[in-house]
Amino acid sequence: MNNKSRLSLLVVQILIVSLMTALFGRLFYLQVAAGPKYREAALSIQSRDVVAPATRGLIVDGYGVPLAMNKAGLAITIDRIAIDKLEDKGVGVMKRLAALLNLKYEDVYQNTRLCGELPKGKKAGCWQGSRYQPIPITKSADPDIALQIVERSDAFPGVDAQPVAIRNYPSYLNVNAAHVLGYVGPLTESDLLESNGKQYFRSETIGKTGLEIQYDSFLRGEPGIRTVIVDRKESITRESQNTKPIPGDHLVTSLDVRLQAATEKALKDAVLRGRANGYRSDSGAAIVMDVKTGQILALASYPTYDPNSWEKGLTVQQASDLFSEKKSVPALNRAIQGLFAPASTFKVVSVVAAADAGYDIKAKYDCPSQVQVGTRAFQNFDSKNQGRMDMKKAIAVSCDTIWYQIAFDEWLRDGGLKPKSNPNDYFFKAAQAFDITEKVGIDLPSESRSRLADRAYKKRWHDQNKDFYCNYKDRATKAQQTPFLLQLAAENCVDGDKIRAGDAVNFSIGQGDTVVTPLKLTQMYAAIANGGTIWQASIAKAVVKTDGTVVKTFTPAKLGTLDVEASTIKFLQQSLREVVVSGTGEGVFAGFPIEISGKTGTGQVFGKNPDGSLKDDTSWFASYAPSNNPRYAVVMMVGQGGFGASTSGVGVRQIYEALFGVSGNKIVPGAALFPEGKPPMQLPKISPATKPKETGK
Amino acid sequence: MSHIQARQRLYRRERQSLLHGFDPVLTAVVGLLLFIGTLLVWAATRDWYIRNGLDGQYYLKRHIINIIIGLVLAYGVTVIDYRLLRAYTPFLWGAGVLGLIIVLIPGLGSEVNGAKAWIALPGGFQIQPAELAKISIIIGMSMILSERTHDSDGPSSTDVLQSLAIAAIPVLLIILQPDMGTILIISAAVVTIIAVSGAPARWVTALLLLAVLGGFVAVKAGVISEYQVNRLQTFVDPSADTQGAGYQLRQARITVGSGGLLGTGLFNGPQTNGRFVPEQQTDFIFTVAGEELGFVGSGAILILYLILLMRGFSIARRTSDPFGRLVCTGVIAWFAFQIFENIGMTLGLMPMTGVPLPFISYGGSSMFATLIGIGLLQNVHARLRG
Repeated sequence: MNNKSRLSLLVVQILIVSLMTALFGRLFYLQVAAGPKYREAALSIQSRDVVAPATRGLIVDGYGVPLAMNKAGLAITIDRIAIDKLEDKGVGVMKRLAALLNLKYEDVYQNTRLCGELPKGKKAGCWQGSRYQPIPITKSADPDIALQIVERSDAFPGVDAQPVAIRNYPSYLNVNAAHVLGYVGPLTESDLLESNGKQYFRSETIGKTGLEIQYDSFLRGEPGIRTVIVDRKESITRESQNTKPIPGDHLVTSLDVRLQAATEKALKDAVLRGRANGYRSDSGAAIVMDVKTGQILALASYPTYDPNSWEKGLTVQQASDLFSEKKSVPALNRAIQGLFAPASTFKVVSVVAAADAGYDIKAKYDCPSQVQVGTRAFQNFDSKNQGRMDMKKAIAVSCDTIWYQIAFDEWLRDGGLKPKSNPNDYFFKAAQAFDITEKVGIDLPSESRSRLADRAYKKRWHDQNKDFYCNYKDRATKAQQTPFLLQLAAENCVDGDKIRAGDAVNFSIGQGDTVVTPLKLTQMYAAIANGGTIWQASIAKAVVKTDGTVVKTFTPAKLGTLDVEASTIKFLQQSLREVVVSGTGEGVFAGFPIEISGKTGTGQVFGKNPDGSLKDDTSWFASYAPSNNPRYAVVMMVGQGGFGASTSGVGVRQIYEALFGVSGNKIVPGAALFPEGKPPMQLPKISPATKPKETGK
Repeated sequence: MSHIQARQRLYRRERQSLLHGFDPVLTAVVGLLLFIGTLLVWAATRDWYIRNGLDGQYYLKRHIINIIIGLVLAYGVTVIDYRLLRAYTPFLWGAGVLGLIIVLIPGLGSEVNGAKAWIALPGGFQIQPAELAKISIIIGMSMILSERTHDSDGPSSTDVLQSLAIAAIPVLLIILQPDMGTILIISAAVVTIIAVSGAPARWVTALLLLAVLGGFVAVKAGVISEYQVNRLQTFVDPSADTQGAGYQLRQARITVGSGGLLGTGLFNGPQTNGRFVPEQQTDFIFTVAGEELGFVGSGAILILYLILLMRGFSIARRTSDPFGRLVCTGVIAWFAFQIFENIGMTLGLMPMTGVPLPFISYGGSSMFATLIGIGLLQNVHARLRG
């Protein structure tokens, strides 16, 4: 062999050894260095979790009547992966299916679109789950139709029918309670990312709002998981684990189905009454609270929606209506999320403020037709001069001017537009005595915080808005350039950060930027009723296992005490009773056999409706009963509902009639919802078969 | 010593033992690889066949038959003095070319995975002429490059051109199938043979440049069919295609990687039993080793290959016969590049081509060809001092 060949051979040998070494190195990397990563990848390829959802726990009222339960349904599902492979992307299949199920094709189409596939604003009715799970078109299909679909699988590729457990809100006595209960739905991708520390499976359903989401971890139970190892054709080669589902626990609430139904009806009637009287009456809320515990016995919001519509198959129309301004946003729970000026119901705060400021609450004061505040005259309600009266009477007849005068005087005393460094701020402090800016703490998601328009608020507001108001001519639209608004903008620019005389005066009658949720007002009135305890509002009483074992009880929590003199509270109680005896509530409660205490409120609202009309007044009635030994606080609010008494006052009376079993002016024996004069304390036996108890009414 | 006496002595020696004159290390390594391959082919097919109600030993049996036929062929190649082969070289080469022409004739050749590489035989057997063409090319080129028509140190440019012509005709026929993996391997073997033959260095350089250029032009001019471009592209970006070539490469890597250090144990690989890697008894057989035998087992296979190749080099270096040396070099280069291409593809180092893993993959033609290759090495070894 010559040298050249020898050298070439050596070079080739070295080359080949290096190639083999490269393979060896790569093999080491794949199997040893990156082995765990690849093992995990392999596991996800081979294993499939077949999830058997757990039966969701019931939600029952204080007597064990189900508000949410489960029933057998028949789901018709569409497999997106399968229909997307069809030439027409499944249009034909969906059209045939829609015709058969008596649905609209557009709804079926929308229901099978993933939310992420659709542009913003066109997502209503989209599928929140993933492409990899069958998408239910309806869960309550007719068995005959389901059979037709299964038998004609050639005409319905990718369509399947299978029995499912569906969430059912049985609506006994036409109860709705949608805003309290919420509803369930498919998991979203973010749920699956375990961002909240819980592990979910694709085929599970999850509470979407209300109690369903608040107590989801109890209600949901644990799904059974059968993990199987599959091959490339997805056929099962073996089973690697199999756990049985653990049913969810039941939730016992303080609600009462009968009272809830009555409250909803009273609210709806109030809204319709408001409309009959020529008001817009576009929304409302009504709440019944146990003043000794803070427990919610009924909570209604208007307008509402059918919580069963999700399981029936939500149409695009239904889905977009939920958040439509035109339909007054039925999804909104106004009892805990709606913020409204409390109007005259807020005068209880003014009484406290006056007492703290050293005014003699037993003395008499003028109630003139108007009070001159700087350059502006503030009118009494209906500009009536009601003469001299004590504060109790002033509350009863809802005199405004007496509070204007006190608020104006105190404002001047605090330095007016050049406030003292340490102002008394009796009015703001009185509101804070009720913990007005603290949340009610109800066990429902997304409670709004009420707002106190005090000095700090004004500063914040001005910081955020001065740019707009100081450049109003450039920033505002043409329509906003009226002389009045220009004037207002100029004022807001100059001293929008200060409490002006008008702000102080308005505050004293619950007008202006101070807004509360109906539930906050309920809590305030409950505190007056019970002598000063501010309770956390609560709905859940206990979590009970399917075998009856109590997992958890929720004890009512005191959030604070009313920072008000006992004598002032007493005075407030007398005043609120006086409202019903001889004041603005007299007519509504005339002859009512149970003593009621309460306050009307008619709040002016600035701004316009979408159609350009001016907004009507907010109608309030805040109350508690029985006056001598209070147990229940009842508050109703109707947005743009007109007068407090005629719209909401009558509604509240209707609620009390149901609660105490009153017909006309008589107590019907055995008709009271709570025979012992208080809600049930014992936990009920839970059965899906429990029906609401008949009362003697 | 007369010629007849020598022949008689040779004859007697062969009578003493069937394996007399064989390189024992080479024999043992090949035996081990065949054994491991048999287990892997079985493991790759057993579970799937049984679960589908078929004979779990179907592939095992056929694989063993292939090995037996291959061993008989190899033995035949070993006992005939390779120097006599030279005389038959033109016939061998001609047969190889004929086979490659037949596969291209519609009706005679059958198409698998987009390549017309097979001749269907009765009884469900198939022959892949390209495998056997490798041998024709190696022997043909070695013959031309080892014959000296003048007194020089190495082959002349004319010899190189002639030898290239020997390789070019089958290669062109294979391009028509097309089977890029085989062309890649043959090209590597051709360049290696020419380099080791002592040909002028400019030839080696030119050929290397040509190979690079050829590959480039082939892709540009569309000589490489679409599916092969796809394979190349998925090699560059495996996420580009989730179900086709990219899927296969990813599955292969996952399967190998999931084996870890010790593997799942033979017959116990869930990826293998689930058939997530396609062609896992043939082109992707190394994934079975990776998953079920782990780094220890699949690394051992690499070491066995390395020993085998080193033994080949040792024989090439020791023989004084230029023809024998070039044949050995050609066979080693063929094996080495085929091993590298196959395992490299499985591990994601090389683009996807359909070449079998020598001694291990299921497949008759490849088995016969590689065992004949071993026969040639043994043959040269047996006559080191002959």
